Amino acid sequence: MSKIESPSASASNVNLRQIGKPLVRIDSPPKVYGTAVYAGDLTMPDMLYAAVLHSERASALLRRVDTARAKELAGVHCVLTAKDLPASQGVMTDMPGQTGGMTKNTKQPILAKDRVRFCGEPIALVAAESVSIAEQALSLIEIDYEDSEGVYDPFDALAPGAPIVFGDDNIVANYKVRKGDIEKGFAEADLIVENTFTTQYQEQAFLEPEAALAWVDEHEVLNIRSSTQVVEHYRAVADAIGLPHNRVRLRAEFVGGGFGGKEVMTIEVWLALLALASRRPVRLVQPRERSFLSHGPRHPFTMTHRTGVTSDGKITALQIKLTSDAGAYAKLSPYILLYATVGATGPYRVDNLQIDSVSAATNNLPTCAFRGFGTMQANLACEGQMEEIAKALGMDSMEVRRRNFIHTGDANVTGQIIRSAVWSDQCATQALAALGERPADTQTTRIGHGVACYQQSYGRIRWMKDSSEAWVGVEMDGTVIVRSAVTDIGAGQSSALAQITGEILGVPMDQVVVYFGDGAVTPLAGTSTASRALYMSGNATKMAATQVRENLLGCAARYFGVEVEELDMGDSQVFVIDDPQRSMTLNECVKLCAAEGIHRHNLAIFKAPTSEGIDPETGQGEVFPDFTYGAHAAQVAVDIETGEVRVLQSIGAHDVGQAINMRAVEGQVEGSALMGQGFALSEELILKQGQLQTGSFSEYLVPTSEDVPEIKAIILESRSGLGPFGAKGIGEPVYAPVAASIANAVADAIGVHIFELPITPEKVVKVLREQEAAS
Amino acid sequence: MATEKLVSVQVNGKACEAAVPACRTLLEMLRELGHAEVKCGCEKGDCGACAVLLDGKVVDSCLTLAWHADGHSITTAQGLGGPGNPHPLQTAFIEHGSAQCGYCTPGMIMAAKALLDDIPDPSLEDIKRGLSGNLCRCTGYTRIFSAIHAAAQALQQQGTAP
Repeated sequence: MSKIESPSASASNVNLRQIGKPLVRIDSPPKVYGTAVYAGDLTMPDMLYAAVLHSERASALLRRVDTARAKELAGVHCVLTAKDLPASQGVMTDMPGQTGGMTKNTKQPILAKDRVRFCGEPIALVAAESVSIAEQALSLIEIDYEDSEGVYDPFDALAPGAPIVFGDDNIVANYKVRKGDIEKGFAEADLIVENTFTTQYQEQAFLEPEAALAWVDEHEVLNIRSSTQVVEHYRAVADAIGLPHNRVRLRAEFVGGGFGGKEVMTIEVWLALLALASRRPVRLVQPRERSFLSHGPRHPFTMTHRTGVTSDGKITALQIKLTSDAGAYAKLSPYILLYATVGATGPYRVDNLQIDSVSAATNNLPTCAFRGFGTMQANLACEGQMEEIAKALGMDSMEVRRRNFIHTGDANVTGQIIRSAVWSDQCATQALAALGERPADTQTTRIGHGVACYQQSYGRIRWMKDSSEAWVGVEMDGTVIVRSAVTDIGAGQSSALAQITGEILGVPMDQVVVYFGDGAVTPLAGTSTASRALYMSGNATKMAATQVRENLLGCAARYFGVEVEELDMGDSQVFVIDDPQRSMTLNECVKLCAAEGIHRHNLAIFKAPTSEGIDPETGQGEVFPDFTYGAHAAQVAVDIETGEVRVLQSIGAHDVGQAINMRAVEGQVEGSALMGQGFALSEELILKQGQLQTGSFSEYLVPTSEDVPEIKAIILESRSGLGPFGAKGIGEPVYAPVAASIANAVADAIGVHIFELPITPEKVVKVLREQEAAS
Repeated sequence: MATEKLVSVQVNGKACEAAVPACRTLLEMLRELGHAEVKCGCEKGDCGACAVLLDGKVVDSCLTLAWHADGHSITTAQGLGGPGNPHPLQTAFIEHGSAQCGYCTPGMIMAAKALLDDIPDPSLEDIKRGLSGNLCRCTGYTRIFSAIHAAAQALQQQGTAP
């Protein structure tokens, strides 16, 4: 067994009553009974229905947009185009949330004005008495396009003379990392290995398409109830339409899957405009084929690694080039590229390092946030390269990894010292061991085992100066309320706050009510993105609950004539630890508190560690609060006649710091296993000259129940994270290594690496034929 | 020719009527009748979020015309049970943590109900096949499978037809 390196790994948690247990999430019963309300389920009297006209061309001038016939259609209440908006119209897509900072040129037209830059760009909005009338109105809008030369490949976009889509040069963002002495490192190498890896567009494919309802209320406040990961979008909506921030209220309903696709504003501003123009409530549920155009899929990346290694497997130099396709607008591409850059060396220490990364604008669909946020693509290349290095050296790939793993106390890509536990080796070793014996090959199938490790941040970029607020209070009858504007996107965000509060105040979690996701009446908590919701809001809630506990125990201590430390809370009782007969119910304690005029509630703010950015020439500086480490292992069977890859086993082993709800943690690992399998094998948005060819679930193939392998989650707890009780963020981290482990397993099965995802049967057959021809 | 027709259906045992045009899907009609637990995911029969039982057989309500349901009985997830009288499938889905975002859950449970009606003691392969028309993006399906196993056992122990 390898040495455990965590400074705090020995801290015991035996006293926890609820934390870490696989309890029923508070949101489970309503979802299972079908009573949970989603944004598209909301109705109001006099409600109108919206529809959106998206561009059919990828690069064109808009010579004429004529809405006259649409406006005349009976039942149509308003039709809006860019002409109805101020000339300065646009919506900012920079990182929203608790930060308020805007750092990049991310303004995007709400509606295309005189030019469309991608196929799917919104041109017109309709509100009508019914969906079918709204759809009919769309068909009556006449548009004259004049096609202009477009650019559909990021390398073409960066070439001299390319059509300009963004800025002066199509460069949406670029980063440089310069560390150590790369020439010296290559000189010390016994071997240099160079490979280029590519990844495809991946669609979030949440089951619930974009949906929202907007109306102007009796106080002239614009209300929006939406399926969003970010309540703080109310500010961007207000700025975009010229309202004061306090006149826009955004409330997030249960989100039917986000995965990053509901991070940047999607449909909210359109509904805001329609509600203001029609003075009626307006609802929009994007039809699936338009949902594909309405958020922004995962960036395709091209990633070249040139690695110098010694004959015993130590990396002496690494030169990396990353290029991503940002599509027609910046959205979050600069940040995603930064994540990819920081994640480019995976969980390995590289002292002589050079990275050049660039995100280029094209006339393709704008790409945006998706679980992993650039890190998982970068990690795929890193972990594929590990296998190729091992193969070139004739070494076991885990041994190569072990010789290069980053450890607690080491500096990462940007020179940030890793302070929490790094259990990469333990995780990878356990995941691989769990695969068990390798079944024998048959005449037509080859079995392969693969593993991949990773390093993925949790918490937002430090110079965004992230914070989260939460309110916890005890009612006079001893029941408990949490208020937090955290959005609940399905990973148990609100339930975790109930469990944490229940732990601190000694009440069963199902007796805690959590009001969440309301920008007006719950304290702002920041986004459910960046694997930060539990880390940030969990800490804020724990702080608030702890203060309430102190207030209550102070009253009880005076009552019993004991010190606060002699008291504990459990089963909705306050009791003397050494003499549990001396106890009172929580509601008796609350009454004492109230009679003394002491707060029974608390509003807390948790602030993440901050820094001021990175050096633009060297990329050095502290970028993230902390990182999660772990591994995924896969066993695959490759049919060498058809090229079909079947995943037989898929095992994630992760140091989650501290599980808050063990079942929810395992659920994240299991879900990521299948989503990552889709990315590795079957999922691909195909664009031809910017036109989406795969805009439905019969063409875009997410894994079904029949594709499910044996999935297992192995949860390790170093209790070294920055979250509540030592938790680390896990939503994205557990996804980061999955596709790489499958790609590595396929390479192990057939003896040749496929560098281009997804690994379709066609590609497998092709490399097998090439292999055959070569031998 | 009349473009609307009065469609009479039993939804979860309750008689309902609606005047609907020929092109109206059962999904649209059910949601207009207030059955928001029937979810709309793709309107093409790809995802199964809208699955309901039509005379006990599972159908994608987005692919079923409302007129075709005239005179028939429909069961939705809310008709299966609720907090006071949960169906064993619902109990198992809750206890196994089978719902994450929850959007696929009502349709998934109806597909599972139809499966258990057909095969009271399904193998893992039976379950995988039975759910192959229902997409879930969050869970990796594993906890859905285990919940259906558990529900099948509970139903058999009850000795009642599922």
